[in-house]
Amino acid sequence: MSDNIDDGGNGALSTMTLDGEDVGFTPGETVYEVSERYRREIPTLCYDERLEPFGGCRLCIVEVEGSHNPVASCTTKAAQGMKVTTKSGRLEMHRRVLLELVASENRDLDVDPMSGYASGEMATLLDRYDARTGRFLGLRSGTSHPDDPNPFILRDYENCISCFRCVRVCAEQEGDYAISVMNRGFGTQITTEFDGILKDSACTFCGQCIQTCPTGALADLKALASKDVPGETKLTRTICPYCGVGCSVDLMTRGDQVVGVLPAMDGPANHGALCVKGQFAFDFIGHEDRLDTPLVRGDDGQLHPATWDDALDKAAEGLLAAVDNHGRHSLYVVASGRAPTEAAYMMQKFVRAGLGTNYIDNCSRA
Amino acid sequence: MSNPLADMDKPDVIFCIGTNMTECHPVAATGIKRALAKGAKLIVADPRHIVLADLADVYLPLRVGTDSALLLGMAHVIAREGLVDQAFMDARTTEGMAFLEHVQRFSPEWAEEITGVPAADIEQAALWYGQAERGAIYYTLGITEHICGVENVQGLCNLVLMTGNIGREGTGINPMRGQNNIQGAGDAGALPNNYPGFQPVTDPENQEKFEKLYGKKVDLENGITKVTALEMCGDQIRAMFIDGENTVVSDPERAHCEKALRSLDFLVVADLFLTETAELADVVFPVSAWGEVDGTQTNTERRIQRLRAAVPSPGVARPDWWVISALAKRMGFQGFEYEGAKEVFNELCEVTEIYHGVDWDKVEDGAFSWPIPFDGHPGTPMLHADVFENGRGIFNLVEQRDPAETVDDDYPVWLTTGRRLASYHTRTQTGRSAGIDYLLSEESLEIHPDDVDEWGLADGSWAIMSSRRGSVRVRVKATKRSPRGTVFTTFSFADVPVNALTGGGYDPITQTAELKVCPVSVVPE
Repeated sequence: MSDNIDDGGNGALSTMTLDGEDVGFTPGETVYEVSERYRREIPTLCYDERLEPFGGCRLCIVEVEGSHNPVASCTTKAAQGMKVTTKSGRLEMHRRVLLELVASENRDLDVDPMSGYASGEMATLLDRYDARTGRFLGLRSGTSHPDDPNPFILRDYENCISCFRCVRVCAEQEGDYAISVMNRGFGTQITTEFDGILKDSACTFCGQCIQTCPTGALADLKALASKDVPGETKLTRTICPYCGVGCSVDLMTRGDQVVGVLPAMDGPANHGALCVKGQFAFDFIGHEDRLDTPLVRGDDGQLHPATWDDALDKAAEGLLAAVDNHGRHSLYVVASGRAPTEAAYMMQKFVRAGLGTNYIDNCSRA
Repeated sequence: MSNPLADMDKPDVIFCIGTNMTECHPVAATGIKRALAKGAKLIVADPRHIVLADLADVYLPLRVGTDSALLLGMAHVIAREGLVDQAFMDARTTEGMAFLEHVQRFSPEWAEEITGVPAADIEQAALWYGQAERGAIYYTLGITEHICGVENVQGLCNLVLMTGNIGREGTGINPMRGQNNIQGAGDAGALPNNYPGFQPVTDPENQEKFEKLYGKKVDLENGITKVTALEMCGDQIRAMFIDGENTVVSDPERAHCEKALRSLDFLVVADLFLTETAELADVVFPVSAWGEVDGTQTNTERRIQRLRAAVPSPGVARPDWWVISALAKRMGFQGFEYEGAKEVFNELCEVTEIYHGVDWDKVEDGAFSWPIPFDGHPGTPMLHADVFENGRGIFNLVEQRDPAETVDDDYPVWLTTGRRLASYHTRTQTGRSAGIDYLLSEESLEIHPDDVDEWGLADGSWAIMSSRRGSVRVRVKATKRSPRGTVFTTFSFADVPVNALTGGGYDPITQTAELKVCPVSVVPE
């Protein structure tokens, strides 16, 4: 970088030229980041904004004035006065050939969108660049792991393009370092220590590798199990129901069924990260054990299905009997630390507005 | 947490004590791992060699229940080495001089005697934390689930106050809340001592305010905790209404707990499933689950976030708030006409100072951490920036106290309990999610391999573990994650009801159960 960068210390921007337009940038930003901000559509396959730039796929190449060859925009820092071209006939031809080569690597070019968050990225680019030409025929890298019996992560490396996003998300985002790259060239293989199954590795089944894979080589087996459920897939933004971190998720539904979970990349508490529970432990809500009707204990000592009307009457009668016979301090209520805040608010209002007592607690003490 | 989750990759020294974060708050732990990749130092204190201990620069394997001694030893070193932030202490704390004198008695060698942690490691941890530019403390139930839980927290506060590691980015004292909405439940006033927004019930002004709002004069005395209420079941307490808690399996002293609930004249339970607790009820209400309800929940960094319904509830199950208000109306209580969760939340915001600046629509994107005292306030991701909420930070002259029960000839082994990554609490939810069994299908008792040999057990064999209150049969797992003489298991599996054993004592102030320490015997089946 040159000495004349005007970072001023108070937010003043440096400037560069992007496709003939003068644009500002913050020192430290890459050419790709600046281009994204100015809505240039630079294709990428190995890029995940949460990870360190890798420069592996070379699709994000741009022309920089004074540089003979195109450079990868994801690994090139923006510099004062830099003149960058993001789109030209030469660049587009280059990108198309690269995509044709990438396509020649994989058995399947189209995968079910239920495979994962980014699983359609390669197919989308192949269409955008009209690159399904079959012009290159050659070896394929990667051997699938159909013998890995885990119920969560499909490991179909015959659809792997060696972008290493899975390896990098596992290391950089999760800090688990459960998977790595073995061999070179067409022998390249994503693997675990001692080339075994995931359960025997440091893998925590957080599913981040699935969600960053741009080809569906790594895919969400639980979601794919529902791929034939009829209907459009709908997404609903909500928050994970387990620990106190509060990770944002998008629930995938088809009809009245939750079929999977996608991490919310813009979730304020998690920025796309999830753990095994948030990613995979969602289907308890549709479990056959769910209570679907009120139950009232009968004279036979057993619980029997009842209408809301009967159950509410019975409950009101039972609780009021205690209050009438033993005073308002004979009734105690416990609010849930798992239910929404509105439930807890209603519960405390129940004892305070209803009975005038503070006979309430939640489950935080045990 | 005093500081936001986004701060977790920013400290240069991180002190984790009593938090198995990679398993219990895995996504938060990714922040710590990123901090380490940037060169931060990690101090981990835990009786078990948890995954965080693998990552630590110094690991302090303290004996269960000796946290206070460890913290006093560290404070001693920080004071002795002149690492005290005197300017901070002068400006923002009180009782500092007395504290610095107090800790002279507690050398690292003294702490080593009690904790079993080498004095040199205590020195190193204290030096790092004391010298930190941005030192952050993270803790969980390993600190609080003791009879001295309050003192343990005060011990951590003392370290913070003497070093000024608070009120700045990447610092702070940060408890990680264990349940998705345990913060929100407290915020909403589901506590015996506070109205919504932690407004004390003992303050006549608050009483007057809520009398106006609710049309009812509420007791000026604190109510009783659940622990006390369970003690009084069948006596003063004759009826209970429990929403979404599997008390029988999650609370200590299972036999006592079950007996208490059975002794009630009337029990009403609202839940997703017919839990062990619901099975004891006279009336069970089916409630809507996560994914089926609109609402809010508040996370460990006090961030208020929206829950949204994606699918309908099974059968006639209804949202908790609807069930509670319907029952209230049926009992003749006034003020329970609500159209939806939005109306309930907006009422909470109106009556609650800390939520006053938001409403249902404003929390749409989860952009606010409380306190948000007025409309237009940006929220408070970091507490205690310039002043402490309650005036000056008070040093407490804590001392080490033994657990309620200590090991003896009959119960010579320390049991400590917790969670594992793939299961949550009593497995009512994770146990019913496909595939989780592949990772964790049964309970096990984690025992050091040398103890396994010495006690005549074998990896995978069955053991009988007993405390003064009960016994369980559990499968043995040999692992060096457990130190010699200390074993670990969870309360996840109904067929190994570990809460039949625990419950030797409670913190006298918070009445939190001492679930982290329980002397037991472990013998072959």
